[in-house]
Amino acid sequence: MINKEFFFKGFKSILAPDSPALALGCCFIAIGALLKNLGFNIQESIFSTMLTYALPGSLVMAESLLVGASLLNIFLAVWFVNARLYPMAVSLFPLMMHKSQPKWKYYFSCHFIAVSAWLIMKSNYKSIDKKHRIDFWIGIGCATWTTAVIGTFIGFYASDYLDKNMMMGLAILNPIYFLCMMVGAMKTIQITTAVILGLILGPIFYFLSPEWSILLGGLVGGTIAYFIGELNVN
Amino acid sequence: MSTSVFLAILVTSLATFSSRFLGAISSQGIKETSKLFKWFNCLAYSTLAALIARTIIFPVGVLSDASYLSRVTVVLFCLLIFFISKRNFVYPTVISAIMMAVLSNYF
Repeated sequence: MINKEFFFKGFKSILAPDSPALALGCCFIAIGALLKNLGFNIQESIFSTMLTYALPGSLVMAESLLVGASLLNIFLAVWFVNARLYPMAVSLFPLMMHKSQPKWKYYFSCHFIAVSAWLIMKSNYKSIDKKHRIDFWIGIGCATWTTAVIGTFIGFYASDYLDKNMMMGLAILNPIYFLCMMVGAMKTIQITTAVILGLILGPIFYFLSPEWSILLGGLVGGTIAYFIGELNVN
Repeated sequence: MSTSVFLAILVTSLATFSSRFLGAISSQGIKETSKLFKWFNCLAYSTLAALIARTIIFPVGVLSDASYLSRVTVVLFCLLIFFISKRNFVYPTVISAIMMAVLSNYF
């Protein structure tokens, strides 16, 4: 089963002074308020955050519902914006694989893959013994997931008191926090190049195809960064 | 719970979970020292950076009503705060919300 010591160690990482709890919570407050304004009830809002647990995907769903998009359109739009979770999972799970751990832990905990939890794990995994990293990860995931659900709950009931300017303030928190975390993670030439190229190419590809811009920007920028890093090592 | 909203949530969660689950499955045979892992690591960072840039420059939701000038001003100022505060994550994050709320009043 799950090692309690490492689970709670991971869970408590959300309380660190530089943890994403504040940014994550505030953004889900904005999501909660947005869902209420769209006509969701409290059960639907909480259900949405619990099952999706990805900010851009929730936003795209909300926007799609607003314009009356079909279920297939919603699926494709959300898939395009959340396909980033695939390389995030592939670049995280090998760090946690251990033959003594059951497979169900990995399949169950993949639901926690999100930018905030991923960045916390990436900056902390070296301090945890490989055997227990999956328990530590489940702790981080449960903490960030709980924060998101609580944020949605607060946002739903606080929506009547939030004006448009306050909603804008809440909405900018997450990208700024993630931008700072990404800049903070630029410690090798590969990561530095990957981040800079992603920031430049993402918006450029938007002019070619808004749906594919994130994936194309990431694929082209990440591949160039990989080869630059390999050339530098050689 | 109305059917359309319920189905929309299910479809959204399915589209999201599929990427996560496929990632967990296909990472089984990849070693953390392999070149494939390094490549995926670069892809992940670059894709996230592309997403952040898109969220700020071409936002959806309430942020799309804020002017381009106010968004860029907030980003640049908060990055400056980040470096001045010796890479503290909290100050720029808190300041960004206050600054955006104030600027959106005027721009």
